[in-house]
Amino acid sequence: MSPAARLIAKPLVFAACLLPALHLAAGAFNLAGLSLGADPVKVMLHTCGRWTLNFLLITLCMTPLRDFTRWDIWLRFRRMFGLFAFFYALMHLSVFLLLDQAGKLHAIGHEIVKRPYITLGTLGLLLLIPLVLTSTAKAQRRMGRRWTRLHRLIYPVALLGVWHFWWQVKKDIRDPLLYACVLALLLGYRLWKHYRPTLRISVARLARTDGA
Amino acid sequence: MRRARNQSVTTLPSEITPEARYLSRRTLLAGAVGLAAVQTIGRFLRPALAETAASAPDALSFARNTAFSIAETPNSLRDITTYNNYYEFGTDKTDPAENAQRLRTRPWNVTVGGEAEVTGSFIIEDILKPHPLEERVYRLRCVEAWSMVVPWIGFPLGDLLKRFKPTSKAKFVEFRTLYDPKQMPGQRSSVLEWPYVEGLRMDEAMHPLAIMAVGLYGKVLPNQNGAPLRLIVPWKYGFKGIKAIVGIKFTERMPRTTWAEAGPGEYGFYANVNPAVDHPRWSQASERHLGGSLLNSRRPTLPFNGYAAEVAGLYSGMDLRRYF
Repeated sequence: MSPAARLIAKPLVFAACLLPALHLAAGAFNLAGLSLGADPVKVMLHTCGRWTLNFLLITLCMTPLRDFTRWDIWLRFRRMFGLFAFFYALMHLSVFLLLDQAGKLHAIGHEIVKRPYITLGTLGLLLLIPLVLTSTAKAQRRMGRRWTRLHRLIYPVALLGVWHFWWQVKKDIRDPLLYACVLALLLGYRLWKHYRPTLRISVARLARTDGA
Repeated sequence: MRRARNQSVTTLPSEITPEARYLSRRTLLAGAVGLAAVQTIGRFLRPALAETAASAPDALSFARNTAFSIAETPNSLRDITTYNNYYEFGTDKTDPAENAQRLRTRPWNVTVGGEAEVTGSFIIEDILKPHPLEERVYRLRCVEAWSMVVPWIGFPLGDLLKRFKPTSKAKFVEFRTLYDPKQMPGQRSSVLEWPYVEGLRMDEAMHPLAIMAVGLYGKVLPNQNGAPLRLIVPWKYGFKGIKAIVGIKFTERMPRTTWAEAGPGEYGFYANVNPAVDHPRWSQASERHLGGSLLNSRRPTLPFNGYAAEVAGLYSGMDLRRYF
């Protein structure tokens, strides 16, 4: 990508990533005729949660897209998408603490420990923090291979996120199922990529012994 | 009571929703989900409509029952009619308002069977006719830990059930919702087992707080709220309040109710509002009251939704942790 294109593309993508949050804010304050309906707190909670998962999955799409298209530009947006996943997760948590639980600390502690799905979500968010702290290019250079290893934490984070979604649904699991399928595809691709060379070697070996 | 088959239907004028009025309501609904401009216009129209409601043809005549009503401000008609759990019309809260308009609530029959002397199929006009209507302002506490205040129009369930002369074998009463996937598109999905079934123990059903509702805010019940006939049991979680009832059956055994079948560990037959017994996945100790402040909507949940003095006696000696 030329420097000029990068200068335009990044702010554009950044603005697009902010749209769900702006849309929510407009609804919460009844701007532009928008409204969040009878239960605005739940809409805010669920929308932020949903976009956390969306951005986690988008982030996980970048490597496969690079592999298939052989364009490196995808990786240039990976950090931004990952940070937006954290941004929406933080909003999700804030809505839960300040609006849903109305800041009642005792009840919140109780909920995090006692509700398995909240425990899962909290754990997922905590695991994102080291990734955010080491998201700079400098940290990436300094840490080298350890950076790659650390940032594989996004796999368990995404698993925890989808599990957290699945577990809080009352009955209609179609949506969490869809997220689980996409995640399985994205993680399955990585497993396939990882084991493919060994598979190829063992198949070749097998063929050779067959011939002998 | 007259039977449906050999009876010419006489419909009270108050029970008919004329097309014009129906359409104007639809327009408002479209505004609610549609373009911002339409919505803004709708916002200006709504108060005007509310003022003329008393003389509107779908207005019901009723007496206020203040003794049984709570002294809380009801939620707006808009909240009550656009935020509904009614899986027959979809699993999103806004689905019923969009999809329930194709339900035809007249003609409507209710089949009564089981352990009773008077059984058969009855037209809804005959079901409703002898009962004077009253307004009861109740808080609806959903099992999902939110609540709303609704000014229902209805009559005591017990008064209706007595007319069928249940026998001594009748220990429970079972209610059934219409099953018609053409009118209820949500029934094409297998998210729940259809038709929806709910039930009460006879002593619960005869309690004066339990009502059959036919309206809200002084007017005929909107389809998305369970028209033409729905159950309201204010000391129980909202899912007990079965909607669009077409069947009533008196039974000796406890009915197999829909949510209890769908998740036996999560939803019980009794489903009494109980802050001390949590849902396995979320707390029931408090609830978010909708329609109020964004910042401080959470409040403690009351045992039996505030009716402990009236109904706790029904369950004396029962372990409410086991019979949740």
